[in-house]
Amino acid sequence: MSSEESNAAAPLLGLVLAGGRSTRMRADKAALLYGGRSQLERAMELISPHVERAYVSVRADQSADPLRARFPQISDARENLGPIAGLLAAQARHPEAAWLLLACDLPLLDGATLTQLVRSRAPERLATAYRSSHDGLPEPLCAIWEPRSAAPLAAYVAGGRQCPRRFLVGADTQLLDEPNPHALENINTPEEYRSAMTALLPEATTDPKHITVQYYALLREQAGRRDEALVTSARTPGELYAELSRRYPFSLGPEMLRVAINTEFRDWSAPLADGDAVVFIPPVAGG
Amino acid sequence: MLADPACGGYAAFEGWVRDSNEGQRVRGLEYEAFEALGVREGERIIAAALARFGVAHAACVHRIGALQVGELAVWVGVSAAHRDEAFRACRYIIDEVKHRLPIWKKEHYLSGDSGWVNCERCASAPNRDSTDGAVDHPHVHEHI
Repeated sequence: MSSEESNAAAPLLGLVLAGGRSTRMRADKAALLYGGRSQLERAMELISPHVERAYVSVRADQSADPLRARFPQISDARENLGPIAGLLAAQARHPEAAWLLLACDLPLLDGATLTQLVRSRAPERLATAYRSSHDGLPEPLCAIWEPRSAAPLAAYVAGGRQCPRRFLVGADTQLLDEPNPHALENINTPEEYRSAMTALLPEATTDPKHITVQYYALLREQAGRRDEALVTSARTPGELYAELSRRYPFSLGPEMLRVAINTEFRDWSAPLADGDAVVFIPPVAGG
Repeated sequence: MLADPACGGYAAFEGWVRDSNEGQRVRGLEYEAFEALGVREGERIIAAALARFGVAHAACVHRIGALQVGELAVWVGVSAAHRDEAFRACRYIIDEVKHRLPIWKKEHYLSGDSGWVNCERCASAPNRDSTDGAVDHPHVHEHI
């Protein structure tokens, strides 16, 4: 019995790293919204089912921040160490525990990725981590750090180093292949934030679309052209016509027109998709 | 295309360019069409006429481009066992064509003005050409 207990895996706690300075984003990455929810809330929700208790790692001066104050916190004891400071503080607080460490800038992280990480955990090693699909190196900020990693990690930092990735490269790390190649893409810039939002909300079609528009009759004369290819964030033909009406002196309101998408009559509220061909149809007068 | 030994009747309609409309002297017309959708919608009208009136064959041609007074603009032909359904199907097709096909008509007047029918001078009454204009709407360019 006693040998079984000593081989049992240490309890797993969760730590979401929300103490970064988000310098390139120029905005708190933990507070960025996806579908109306902050990334910190999303990360806490994702990690909670996998751990006995989840904490937010914060800098000492962030503990009163309302976004972070909702959750159990662990404050960094040291400054300017980057993410490793949060892990050191957590290991100091609960030296008996293993830590599922999670960065707060992984908006595409999914539950399946965490499930596989926890299932594939190798408690006899120092850490279990994914192998990056970009460079093959360990991903330290979506990884499980066993209690036995604490001493070598402290020595590593005492030696003046602070890169957790390099630590894992040199340590006894169990490496896994990512089940979802995009799950661990982190975001650092406003552009990356926008593309992550788009990836998360494929049905929210305000992202730019390439649309061709053909003009006939009075609209052709008022637009001064037969057709054009444009990039628009309009979601519907109604929004597109409103956008075009700001550029051209159209005298016909949408109530006078019908609309066709890809050679079929459609509603004004039909969703536009990339590559669609749109025609606004003035009152007809055949015969 | 329409000839058929089983048919005892053939009805046709021709729409011609008339020399006046709503008090203005018309010099000529210009038709423009969204052809891909027009052909598709026209085929639906023909199919509906065949199903609805039980006629044997039906066809319709609409010209586009510049037309002079007196020229033929649109033709409808229907053949059927008896004249009654041929007339009715022919009438149905021309009404639907005028109402539904993405075809536009610009009138050029002797005065030098021009205008898109139903879009400009008639902009406040978008549906005025939506029924058969031969009787009720004297500005429609057709004669039976």
